[in-house]
Amino acid sequence: MRALLETRLMPAIVVAVIVIILPLLFPSAYYYRIGVLVFIFALAVVGLNLLMGFAGQVSLGHAGFLGIGAYSVAIGPIHFGAPSCLFAGAILSGALAFLVGRPILRLKGHYLAVATLGLGLLVAIVLTNEAGWTGGPDGMSVPGLVLFDWSVRGAYTWYWIAGTTFVGGFVLALNLMGSPTGRALQAIHDSEIGALVLGIDVARKKLTIFIISAMYASVAGSYLALFNGYITPDAAGFLRSIELVAMVVLGGMGSIVGSLVGAAVLVVLPQALTIFHEYEQALLGLIVMVFMIFLRQGIVPSIVAVLDGENDDPGD
Amino acid sequence: MMILETDRLSITFGGVRALDGVSIAIESGQVFSIIGPNGSGKTTLFNLVSGIYTPNDGSIRFAGEMVTGLPPDQLARRGLSRTFQNLQIFSRMSVLENAMVGRHRHERTGILADLLHLPSVARQNEVTREAAHDALARVGLADAGKRPAGSLAYGALKRLEIARALASDPKLLLLDEPAAGCNPVETQEIDYVIRSIVKDGITIVLVEHDMRLVMNISDRVHVLANGRTLTEGTPEQVRSNTTVIQAYLGVHGSKEAVRAFD
Amino acid sequence: MAELLQFISSGLTVGAIYALVALGFTLIYKASDIINFAQGEFVMLGGMTTVFVALAGVPLPFAALIAIIVTTAIGLALHRFAIEPARGAGPVALIMITIGASIFLRGVAQIVFDRRFHSLPPLFGADPIQFGSAAILPQSLVVLASATAIVTLLWLFIDRTLLGKAVLATAANRLAARLIGVDTRRIVDFSFAVSAAIGAIAGILITPIALTSYDVGTLLALKGFAAAMLGGIGSALGAVVGGLLIGMIEAFAAGYFSSNYKDAVAFLIILVVLVSIPRGLFGRAKVERV
Repeated sequence: MRALLETRLMPAIVVAVIVIILPLLFPSAYYYRIGVLVFIFALAVVGLNLLMGFAGQVSLGHAGFLGIGAYSVAIGPIHFGAPSCLFAGAILSGALAFLVGRPILRLKGHYLAVATLGLGLLVAIVLTNEAGWTGGPDGMSVPGLVLFDWSVRGAYTWYWIAGTTFVGGFVLALNLMGSPTGRALQAIHDSEIGALVLGIDVARKKLTIFIISAMYASVAGSYLALFNGYITPDAAGFLRSIELVAMVVLGGMGSIVGSLVGAAVLVVLPQALTIFHEYEQALLGLIVMVFMIFLRQGIVPSIVAVLDGENDDPGD
Repeated sequence: MMILETDRLSITFGGVRALDGVSIAIESGQVFSIIGPNGSGKTTLFNLVSGIYTPNDGSIRFAGEMVTGLPPDQLARRGLSRTFQNLQIFSRMSVLENAMVGRHRHERTGILADLLHLPSVARQNEVTREAAHDALARVGLADAGKRPAGSLAYGALKRLEIARALASDPKLLLLDEPAAGCNPVETQEIDYVIRSIVKDGITIVLVEHDMRLVMNISDRVHVLANGRTLTEGTPEQVRSNTTVIQAYLGVHGSKEAVRAFD
Repeated sequence: MAELLQFISSGLTVGAIYALVALGFTLIYKASDIINFAQGEFVMLGGMTTVFVALAGVPLPFAALIAIIVTTAIGLALHRFAIEPARGAGPVALIMITIGASIFLRGVAQIVFDRRFHSLPPLFGADPIQFGSAAILPQSLVVLASATAIVTLLWLFIDRTLLGKAVLATAANRLAARLIGVDTRRIVDFSFAVSAAIGAIAGILITPIALTSYDVGTLLALKGFAAAMLGGIGSALGAVVGGLLIGMIEAFAAGYFSSNYKDAVAFLIILVVLVSIPRGLFGRAKVERV
């Protein structure tokens, strides 16, 4: 039993259990829909967290990759007659990340922040303007996913798809963190020059994690589009990028488990506030400010810190 | 074999010639010390040799290969390791993990294997962990493995950086003022570590102000002043060189140098 | 030819606004190393507040004055309540705070005001002045003249007054400034207040031409920031030059290329500048010591 508790994959097991047990708590079938959205965003947040919390970089334009993933599952079938290919988006996003990543990742701090911001905005503008391909500002409808004659529809089905994919992405992230590449990334976060003199190809590692996090966001975007059956350029917009970062910060920078918490809070909140829909933006802004000023480490690390504190021997 | 040679190495920063025509030659297995007052270019020389700066003039040869202008990570992969005067510890990682990062150049798993945690990764982690532990043991930090690096005392952090550099199995180790900022007890611990490394036969280039240590363990001492070479020789030659004594050891320093041989 | 003059005049007009936003960025950045994304919201607040206060019956000049005062107060509050408590946080955290503030102000604006477009009467009438075959709005001239006046006043202030020197000192070396008795906190207060005021004035001036609404802030902030980056963040001259350049490039891109992608110009410029000459046209390179 102890071996099981201390296993490397413990957080993944916990999360998998949550995914499985959650439906038992749903008061109605509607909640499957919320679950789907939470897992979709949590997946994107895991990727962004690896980039920001773990590797210490920043991306204020990550929704751009989400948008690419979303539109690729619409454009593929509609304009090319191709079957819904979940991975076309991921490949496109990865390619874009590869192309712009090297020059951009040479930057640090607020320069990197603004460069990624600019990138995300450019993607959003292209998606808005190329109406011939994307349906313009009003967006386009997304043909449902059909896998080997099975029409994938409904919140119930998507709950399990999104949940499983999220757990899968979670496991991959855990694996990465406990690997040589993971250690190199953490080192880069703390001291680039320290990492360099130990033989770490810093530029290449940064590019790698940038591409990986772009692909996470892209898959999430593809799921979002397929699930909703519709996609608009807002999905790639500035506000969406900031929401993603807010989810990272809320849950805890560098805390992969926190990704689920952050996504859950910011997905559930607007749902809970449907009456106060117009307060959404003000509330998002307020949350970002309050957390960045007072609770910069985020929810999960704060809880962990409190728990650790209570476990200290008074004699220490 | 000459492990490191520089030929008339020079660099200028915004009009100031920080290093001017410095040539050194270090034999494998030697302990080579560089001394001189603050601002004489010691750290600049280190930064040039370890690839952090690119020289304006001159060349660098490492283990027979021309390496001028190569970036730090490529030099590290050829077996050149260094510590920093201003610590570059990975404070968010544990002490053991810091040392494990030192093994990076010997680790062989790719990104795909890492993501999928293939058996090769588990094996690699194990091998790395052991080597890191050995490196920690050599500097007296074997028991501190699990602690967050940021929680260590200053002297221990200096030793951790050395352990990290050692973990990479370097052919050449550059130690940039390893005892700087340490109190007498910590300085003694560092001295002890350096002497034991020297016994293991690793080539060391040392920049240090602790004259006793320098004079005691060095095979050769190179004196820099205002970015230029003042003189070079054995510790005895250097400490009895009047120019060096007058200008750089000062009264106090020269007394220490004399006492080093007691 | 007429077209060219048209583009130049409209480009300079909107460029003057970008220049003022960029100036606001630069002032705050110089005094505190912070990139203030809420800068665009100051412009929005200037215009929108004037509109709504005037709608409540207050004569226009006073409405404008009130708007400037309110916006300045908000700028000060931003520094005191959002930035100051987070002293010591890294640059990314600080940017996030100002982004959060900008989203917050935008969210509140849509509740307090509304989501529609609003305008203000131009200062000297709406009839375009004919310059040969080109027509220029009198308000454009007002914008250009005011921008020039503001830039000149600011320059004179920094160069000729003691307080101005204190700002420069704080910008150059915060600790040293404090050691010689400069109250750096007040200086940063001051920079936020002045930036907010400049933003508000810019907003009031441009509304007769470009209208205003609760969400004009974001795009303005980004373009103003692009201008500051192009000119070299930390250089006041660069901010002005950058703003005018971006305004003109935008106008030409919209005219000769595609008006849809007009907004993309600024973002493309940000990326190109950051990747090739991060310090911009007039900025100074930073030397890092290891």
